[in-house]
Amino acid sequence: MSSFLAKRLAGALVVLALVSMMSFAIIWLVPGDPTAAFLDTSATPEQVARLRRELGLDKPILVQMVDWYGRVLRGDLGHSILLNRSVTAAILERLPVTLSLTGFALVLALIGGIAAGIVAAVNHNRWPDQLVMTVALFGLSVPDFWLGIMLILVLAVQFGLFPTGGYIPLGDDPFGWMRSIIMPAATLAIIQVGFIARMTRASMLEVLNQDFIRTADAKGLKRAEIMLRHGLPNALVPILTVGGIVAGALLGGAVIVEQVFSIPGVGRLIIGGILSRDYPVIQGGLLFLAVIYLMVNLAVDVLYAVADPRVRLE
Amino acid sequence: MPETSPILDVDGLTTVLTGSKTTILENVSFSLRAGEVLGVVGESGSGKSMLALAMMGLLPKAIRTASGRISLDGEDLIRLPADQWREKRGRDLAMIFQEPMTALNPVMRVGAQVEEVLRRRRGLSSSQARKVAIDLFHQVEIPSAEARLKSYPHEMSGGMRQRVMIAMAFAADARLLIADEPTTALDVTVQAQILDLLRKLQKERGLALLFITHDLGVIADIADTVLVLYAGRVAEVAPVRQIFDDPQHPYTKALIASIPKIEGPRDRLVTIEGNVPTVGTMPRGCRYAPRCPYRRDICETEAPPLRPVTQGQKVACLQPFGFPQLQEEAFL
Repeated sequence: MSSFLAKRLAGALVVLALVSMMSFAIIWLVPGDPTAAFLDTSATPEQVARLRRELGLDKPILVQMVDWYGRVLRGDLGHSILLNRSVTAAILERLPVTLSLTGFALVLALIGGIAAGIVAAVNHNRWPDQLVMTVALFGLSVPDFWLGIMLILVLAVQFGLFPTGGYIPLGDDPFGWMRSIIMPAATLAIIQVGFIARMTRASMLEVLNQDFIRTADAKGLKRAEIMLRHGLPNALVPILTVGGIVAGALLGGAVIVEQVFSIPGVGRLIIGGILSRDYPVIQGGLLFLAVIYLMVNLAVDVLYAVADPRVRLE
Repeated sequence: MPETSPILDVDGLTTVLTGSKTTILENVSFSLRAGEVLGVVGESGSGKSMLALAMMGLLPKAIRTASGRISLDGEDLIRLPADQWREKRGRDLAMIFQEPMTALNPVMRVGAQVEEVLRRRRGLSSSQARKVAIDLFHQVEIPSAEARLKSYPHEMSGGMRQRVMIAMAFAADARLLIADEPTTALDVTVQAQILDLLRKLQKERGLALLFITHDLGVIADIADTVLVLYAGRVAEVAPVRQIFDDPQHPYTKALIASIPKIEGPRDRLVTIEGNVPTVGTMPRGCRYAPRCPYRRDICETEAPPLRPVTQGQKVACLQPFGFPQLQEEAFL
């Protein structure tokens, strides 16, 4: 078990090194110059050169990279040119918002997807199965920004059930938090529900054909007991894999959904950074999302071993 | 054998492929008393596993029971609502499957799989269930029983897993046990151990045991009565001695002749020509007729009824050996 973990951890570190290198390389890959965002076109070459010097952009790229890594390892992601404050502080301030949004969306997607997948598998080829599959396909095909706008128009503007946007921290007002987060989380989750439901259904159908399900039936267990105690635990490994992918997709989707619902999360920070070529913000934001994604996948790897004792033998 | 009323009484059981008239089992009848072992023999495709599943109410969706009765203590299971039949499973009737490798849940500790029956079907508390499970593991001779409860199936050998299956089947104090080729997937030495264990527990508890196998050697070892199944029909039923000493059906005779002998010269192994007819290609008359060396014209058009020939011995053949008067009747 510990060697299993060590291997996964080593793999995650390699990925992290690659990701961080890529986020640093953004400076070289993206056209344009950050100075252009601060200085208007009438700026003299001397002014541009001075700003470049202040930002460290005049040094050789390798020196810039070593500087950058040194700072990142100390937790300093640089200084945002536009916000005029530390990127680390800006991200940490917004991180709880994004995490509560994607976390809530993940819970919704898992509960909805697994439940729908089980219903479909148990009623294989009958109407509940077809209904679930049709709805899942619909969910998979709808763009999240469109769905978000529709929810705002119908539920917030027409019926006034939820606020049209904004975010209330959980600590301030749990009920207000729920009201502010439910539409954006649902928007994020609906696409993933379809994905998880399809995987759960396929995995359950495979498991339900196996001998030990017949054994459970021969014990006289109730249908629900057979499904939940013997079926689902055996169908879990592929669902976990999908869960990891979904967590990543939710983080990516949050960038758009935070924009649609004007939620002040890391996603909006990154978009603001991109629009104003605020490199430290882009680099820091991407690195943060990558680290979270890696941690989620590491957790999934550990959960594999919990879900299936045979994994530990590897 | 004392004349008690049978625990299990199967009468005219016929199963068909859903949505067609193709029969899988046809008019199968037998009965089984407490403490009695009925051995069911047949080749692959004879329908013997379907018979076991039909008793349990676990037939695959593609197959349904068309007619007949399966009475357990006088109660017809087929006419019970599905959830009441489910209630009987694991409580009054239990089953051991052929493949101990796949018949256990791979992600659940074996102890939990046994305790589950004790808690759900006998209403024991978790701690009581654990005690009984340890006791059951002792009874099925699993060494270091208490530690083994925590094992997962993949950590056990095939023989040990089959012992777990047996413990599970005995957990609910069922009075009828159905064993579908419980030793086929095991090594020969382990086979003998499992067989001894089953026989011991069956005797101790006075269980009615329906033992399904294709191995006549195993049948000779364990069964009181033998039912020979051929292509979904009963070919012959008789006490075990009579099956071996005085088989009346040509198929039974051929089966016994195909057991390799230890004594005498090593000849080629005796086989039965041809194969069991497959579903949908059943002959019109006697289903064994195409392979039968004693076949007459009438065998190809008339399905032979199962008729008693002596006390306790019934045969479905128009010309059983040694009973010319039956042959006469058939040709009248």
